[in-house]
Amino acid sequence: MTDPASDKAVPQPEEVLGPRSGELVSGSRVVQPEVIEVRQGMFGVHGTGDTSGYGGLVQPVAMPAPATRPYGGWFDDVVDILAEVLGEAGVAYDEAVESVVVDPPGERAELTLHVAREHLVPVCRALRDDQDLRFELSLGVSGVHYPHDVGRELHAVYHLTSVTHSRSLRVEVACPDADPHIPSTTSVYPANDWHERETWDFFGIVFDGHPGLARIEMPDDWPGHPQRKDYPLGGIPVEYKGATVPPPDTRRQYS
Amino acid sequence: MSTSAPPYHATRPPVGDFDPGIPGFEASGGDWDEIAREAVGEERIVVNMGPQHPSTHGVLRLMLEIDGETVSEARCGIGYLHTGIEKNMEFRTWTQGTTFCTRMDYLAPLFQETAYCLGVEKLLGVVDDVPERASVIRVLMMELNRVASHLVCLGTGGNEMGATTVMTIAFTAREEILRVFEAVTGLRMNHAYIRPGGVATDVPEGLEDQVRHALVEVRKYLGQLGDLMLANPIFKARLVGVGELSLAGCMALGITGPVLRSTGLPYDVRKAFPYSGYETYDFDVPTDTAADCYSRVVLRLEECYQSLKIVEQCLTRLADTAGAPVMVADRKIAWPAQLAVGADGQGNSLDHIRQIMGTSMEALIHHFKLVTEGFRVPVGQTWQTVEHPRGELGVHLVSDGGTKPYRAHFRDPSFNNLQAVSVMCEGGQVADVVVAVASLDPVLGGVDR
Repeated sequence: MTDPASDKAVPQPEEVLGPRSGELVSGSRVVQPEVIEVRQGMFGVHGTGDTSGYGGLVQPVAMPAPATRPYGGWFDDVVDILAEVLGEAGVAYDEAVESVVVDPPGERAELTLHVAREHLVPVCRALRDDQDLRFELSLGVSGVHYPHDVGRELHAVYHLTSVTHSRSLRVEVACPDADPHIPSTTSVYPANDWHERETWDFFGIVFDGHPGLARIEMPDDWPGHPQRKDYPLGGIPVEYKGATVPPPDTRRQYS
Repeated sequence: MSTSAPPYHATRPPVGDFDPGIPGFEASGGDWDEIAREAVGEERIVVNMGPQHPSTHGVLRLMLEIDGETVSEARCGIGYLHTGIEKNMEFRTWTQGTTFCTRMDYLAPLFQETAYCLGVEKLLGVVDDVPERASVIRVLMMELNRVASHLVCLGTGGNEMGATTVMTIAFTAREEILRVFEAVTGLRMNHAYIRPGGVATDVPEGLEDQVRHALVEVRKYLGQLGDLMLANPIFKARLVGVGELSLAGCMALGITGPVLRSTGLPYDVRKAFPYSGYETYDFDVPTDTAADCYSRVVLRLEECYQSLKIVEQCLTRLADTAGAPVMVADRKIAWPAQLAVGADGQGNSLDHIRQIMGTSMEALIHHFKLVTEGFRVPVGQTWQTVEHPRGELGVHLVSDGGTKPYRAHFRDPSFNNLQAVSVMCEGGQVADVVVAVASLDPVLGGVDR
């Protein structure tokens, strides 16, 4: 059975993103928004059984594109100071910060710095120590698995807060599934100890240099990393008054 | 506020030349003597406290390396209550998410609901469209919940030290608040009352009288708790100077909430990053500088009074906004239900169902689509924090533009704060471990999620 969708041209992210695509050119490099999902059809039905008429629908989903200057508010100041502090520490800003995303649009925008993994620790140290940045409180790490973002499948998102300046931002680091290594930030933020263990437990990201990277929520001998998208929910069908309700991950769903 | 340490201490040698004038006795079991004699100088003794131990607030496992009565190393083992709530949320609609996250920290369910809903609203771009009455109800419910949660902390903390009366008073007071919750949401816990866009239903008639009655009762019980604990020499002997954690330690370990404020830093998300209109309420953030377990008890009591102050302001605003909507006007987001108390308890309004089923096919289709498919949330990610009774609760939401969260992560304050157990307990007595853990107030449902 051939998939009717396979021979059709896949729309590019900028076509589907519409007004939120922004500029794709940041500095001298071209940064593509990250495709995190490619939806096909509708209602989760594929092949000949699909009579919905939506069978040929192919829709890539991309995260908001990198922003261009001015970022707005205090974001520009923070990025400028970070570039300066990194320069003094001998780290090129363009190499360390791959892109800057301002999302969601509007007054309540939040700043996300996409940082190259090899420069994560110096960036965190700069963010924590410089008196004009002072992101002294780390509120943890959360992993996200984007199986369609080829070469950058696993993301670790660090949530930093500056109590001094009443600001908060995100630092996002990506690593490929084939080489799931990210340097540990516990030397800068000891609070990330358990959060990194949790991210290892649920996503399989190895935090190099972590003092004791062991599973924290799942049993020590658990196979696999449960929060990854390719890990099934593991529900069992429920029988109620003669009818069988399938587990939520195998139910017909809206794509 | 200053707390002068008493000249004696329950778990340490007397200070200076303090002499209670009472002869001391030591009791020891025969078996234990043999074990200790064999182990001395040879091997270390590691004692597992929990996961089934009454003083560990659920299923916390403490691994203590002890030398006599002194704890030389303390480590936490968690995960015994992990239920995969975050994973489950990825398979349900955005609205159903509240039903899941309310079950995380079961002593403070309304905070998870609010944080999650604020995050979803931010992604939807409807933060400013949430009706004022809905925000007032959220604040009212959260502050009552904060008092209820602190009461459990103080009550169980007292119980663990043998003060059963503290527990019975605290739980009696909490009962008053749970009755209010039951009247508003239909449930005493696991409410799923706060929904993206507002709240599920307006507060019932006569709530103001009920809450005002509860306020009087809770104040009375809080006064009794204060009288029982704060000047009690035995209580102070157990708590003053125990479980100290400095400001630097708190910041390094990401500790927030009463534990951070007991070091003197007035960091409160309600003031630092206001949400739900907290900037318009009049309340103080109590702090202390002793940074010990006793000061945390005092702070929790103080916070209860501050919360009651906010509740009173909420009641005035509720009276002013009577009849106003409690859900966004956008019918593509607002759940098309109208709840009413039927003969069988709480349920859908029969008039509303009759209208949908009998008069409008479009309304029926819309109802069906919204309930089964849910609404779509624009692509992106957001981070929303609220001041939870135990610290800063963060919600990281990622949307792929679908009807379900792509990822929902909760940064539970108890999870993070448990990292401080080693620092707070090592070098102290085994009996101090119980007090120190109680001052962190971990709730394992939130820790393990």
